Amino acid sequence: MYVPDFEYHAPKSVAEACAILAELGDRATVLAGGTDVLHKMKVGKLAPEHLVSLKHLDELRDIREEPGRVVIGALASHNQIYTSRLLQRRYLSLPMAAHTMASNQICNLGTVGGNIVNGVPSADLPPILIALNASIRLTSAHGERTMPLEDFFHGSAQTRIEQGEILTEIEIPDQASTGSTYLKFGLRRSGALAVAAAAVSVQVAGETLHGVRIVLASAAPTVIRVTGAERSLVGRRIDDDLLAEAGYLAAQASSPRDSIRGSAEYRRNLVEVLTKRALRKAIDEGHA
Amino acid sequence: MAQAITDKDGVKRYLITLNVNGDAHTLLVKGNAILTNVLREQLDLTGTKKGCELGDCGSCTVLLDGKPVDSCLVLAIEADGREITTIEGVMENGRLDAIQESMINHAAVQCGYCTPGMVLSAKALLTRNPNPSEQEVREAISGNLCRCTGYVHIVEAVMATAQGRLTPDDH
Repeated sequence: MYVPDFEYHAPKSVAEACAILAELGDRATVLAGGTDVLHKMKVGKLAPEHLVSLKHLDELRDIREEPGRVVIGALASHNQIYTSRLLQRRYLSLPMAAHTMASNQICNLGTVGGNIVNGVPSADLPPILIALNASIRLTSAHGERTMPLEDFFHGSAQTRIEQGEILTEIEIPDQASTGSTYLKFGLRRSGALAVAAAAVSVQVAGETLHGVRIVLASAAPTVIRVTGAERSLVGRRIDDDLLAEAGYLAAQASSPRDSIRGSAEYRRNLVEVLTKRALRKAIDEGHA
Repeated sequence: MAQAITDKDGVKRYLITLNVNGDAHTLLVKGNAILTNVLREQLDLTGTKKGCELGDCGSCTVLLDGKPVDSCLVLAIEADGREITTIEGVMENGRLDAIQESMINHAAVQCGYCTPGMVLSAKALLTRNPNPSEQEVREAISGNLCRCTGYVHIVEAVMATAQGRLTPDDH
């Protein structure tokens, strides 16, 4: 399979990368793990004049704990997230989501930043990161900005990244959540895109929920948060009926499409069941 | 960054070093050269197979710094300076690796096309985890598609290798 030729750049620093991107404008594409970009170039969906490789930016591979937050470099691979002791200890649902991503070969190449910037509604890491209230840092020649990951997506493969910007870091703020879970239904284990998936984080206080975030993948043109379902849960006594109702509300708020992986009706059913199960799992984890 | 050389026709190539199976190779590659093709065509290491070429089938699996990757989704220039192990590098001192022996003994090879990738995925697993469960073996090779023998014999072969390693004199 042919990859159209391009001019190759491998900057040594984020600043240098930003300067190159500022100069080249829309003629350049950023290359991280390559599992999406090279795939698109091979199937003829992308033919950039310039490819700007981030391979030398090792400072963006770190996963570290800072006062008040956990910071994940955008170039951390899926397997790096899966095997991170820090993330396993702090937010186990995130390494588990990274593990469902794809085959071992792809998980060694693909990066969390790429998974976010690619912007597809079936991405595995954005739902759980949004459930954990994560923010992202975008850097360009003009400076830096951060935004809640929740605000980053606005349509299928549409994100708010601007020309010349690089996603450099993902930040998870310390939080009161007591449990979180990512449940995905895919047609095969390896490399399977989600037919539907639900990510939740909960803050359990005795018999009720103080706070909850529910995020769905492959359930709408973009990854979505279902705040109606969230509101239905807060302050009420936790029982199976309550969780079933939240599942129903999540399904109502979803707008899945018919595709080769599943019909809209089937996906809506999946959303209902997955939301209910994910809530139960996160709540039980919260009690543990 | 790799040194760039432009020929008289204006085609730009980059000077890179690939450390393949312990040998350093200095090569001239175009920016768009895919690692699978460079291994096969420039280094004659045709044990690395081309299947789907889109990262689904795993027949192009190589170890990059010890980790399995689909070499069809890696630009050769991105692997500049890194350690690569192909199936040709698994044999040591003229002897097949225990996984290879075991796959022969368990008839885990039919057409053989997936075998190099299977061996490398299994090798990476056993290096990291010498005593895997069957589930862990299945997971480790889940990115390698076999379309003929099925997976039962392959999984048995890897499990037997792992168990054989409990007695180092065994092979």
